Amino acid sequence: MASQHIVSSFDQDLEGVQMRLMRMGSLVEDAITTVLHALDSRDLEQSAQVIRNDRAIDQMDMDIKEETARILAVRAPAARDLRLVLSVMAMSTHLERCGDYAKNIAKRHSAMLETGPIENSVRALRRMGGMVVSMLSDGLEATIKKDASLAEQARLRDLEVDEAYNALFRSLLTYMMENPRNITTCMHLHFIAKNIERMGDHATSVAEQAIYQINGALPDEDRPKGDTTSFMPPEMPDA
Amino acid sequence: MYDAPTPGSKLDQTDIKITAKNVQVYYGDTQAIKDVDVDIEDKTVTAFIGPSGCGKSTFLRCLNRMNDTIDVCRVEGDIFIDGEDIYDRNIDPVQLRAKVGMVFQKPNPFPKSIYDNVAYGPRIHGMVRNKAELDEVVETALRGAALWDEVKDRLDTPGTGLSGGQQQRLCIARAVATKPEVLLMDEPCSALDPIATAQVEDLIESLKEQFSVVIVTHSMQQAARISQKTAFFHLGNLVEYDDTNTIFTNPTDSRTESYITGRIG
Repeated sequence: MASQHIVSSFDQDLEGVQMRLMRMGSLVEDAITTVLHALDSRDLEQSAQVIRNDRAIDQMDMDIKEETARILAVRAPAARDLRLVLSVMAMSTHLERCGDYAKNIAKRHSAMLETGPIENSVRALRRMGGMVVSMLSDGLEATIKKDASLAEQARLRDLEVDEAYNALFRSLLTYMMENPRNITTCMHLHFIAKNIERMGDHATSVAEQAIYQINGALPDEDRPKGDTTSFMPPEMPDA
Repeated sequence: MYDAPTPGSKLDQTDIKITAKNVQVYYGDTQAIKDVDVDIEDKTVTAFIGPSGCGKSTFLRCLNRMNDTIDVCRVEGDIFIDGEDIYDRNIDPVQLRAKVGMVFQKPNPFPKSIYDNVAYGPRIHGMVRNKAELDEVVETALRGAALWDEVKDRLDTPGTGLSGGQQQRLCIARAVATKPEVLLMDEPCSALDPIATAQVEDLIESLKEQFSVVIVTHSMQQAARISQKTAFFHLGNLVEYDDTNTIFTNPTDSRTESYITGRIG
């Protein structure tokens, strides 16, 4: 099948908006990695940088929306071109939300500086963040490679993020019950964990949009979901 | 997500108006249509799309035997309308064309008054007994073609004096006046400006309440806007025939995809 449009500027439009999305994706991945590294190394300046950079991510989202609207109006894309434009719009929204979560984590950083670190929880957060970053980058790469199975694998990895969140949730609960002085820190850590868990959901949506773009249909079967904390009754620590 | 219709429910029982089986069309030694099988639904707008020379107009013209008028043209295979073989020797092509009306690319009103343009068909087919009945048929047809309000005060002026869009709607009124069951339209908007095009599209939308409309169009956006079913022709083959939504969002055949996304001409 011919891959080039007869109107070559149409190809340029589509490639252009895809490249912007890729650049936005790498900014978001960078924000997630940086803020969690900053948390681990207690580097407040790095967190401040993440807060400042979020403005650029928001701006890219707006630029992508404007450009996709222009392509829809001017080119009236159909079939895979239409799916590409629609999925880029949707993925941009999800990436923008991930950027917001990273920024929120950065904001919590200063509030946590005064309290001591809690065991290995920050390391667990970094592992969770790493999972989300790999989901995002595989989901985005799948659209360039037209590789639906890469996106499908990324989508299924959200289960691992959920499981890591559950484990962390349990241990934070235990720390809080053990010593009320841990509560402030643990609450912040928990919000951070929850933020990463939500990012995982957005990364799942990015992967699903990639599958839609490539196959023409969203994946229909339910994926396994692992966040069970809403059903979890608090357990008293052993006396 | 919508629930799939239960088997046997009314929803999935669409009435088939036209059935074509194994249709081949030759112009002399050149084969223009190859092995076309298609079921066209009643009270539905079906669009034929495809690059120039792909056979879509040729196939459309088979449906009311307009190809009979071309000496070198030979049609093989079967075409049924309501289960009746329209190429049967007992079928009168003139009667058939009253039942299967046609509108062409360029508006071609007769050099007669607006009234006589519309009255011509009902008169020659003996569909009316007196002037009052004829007046009513003309008014209904002009209203049906969304032209009545614009021409009611000048029915005796020449049809050729109308604007292009009005002339095309007059031709539609003329086709509708014989109460056809199928309306074939061969690029009805290609000579019209966007406003007149929108008026004709709006009209097509309302015509499908009464009968099956088959439209050949070069405007993919038009096909996407007005049809419920789309057939893509390429090099004389019917490549893909499906719901318009499917054709324009997720077609099955790579040739369809290439054509509708502007990758092959």
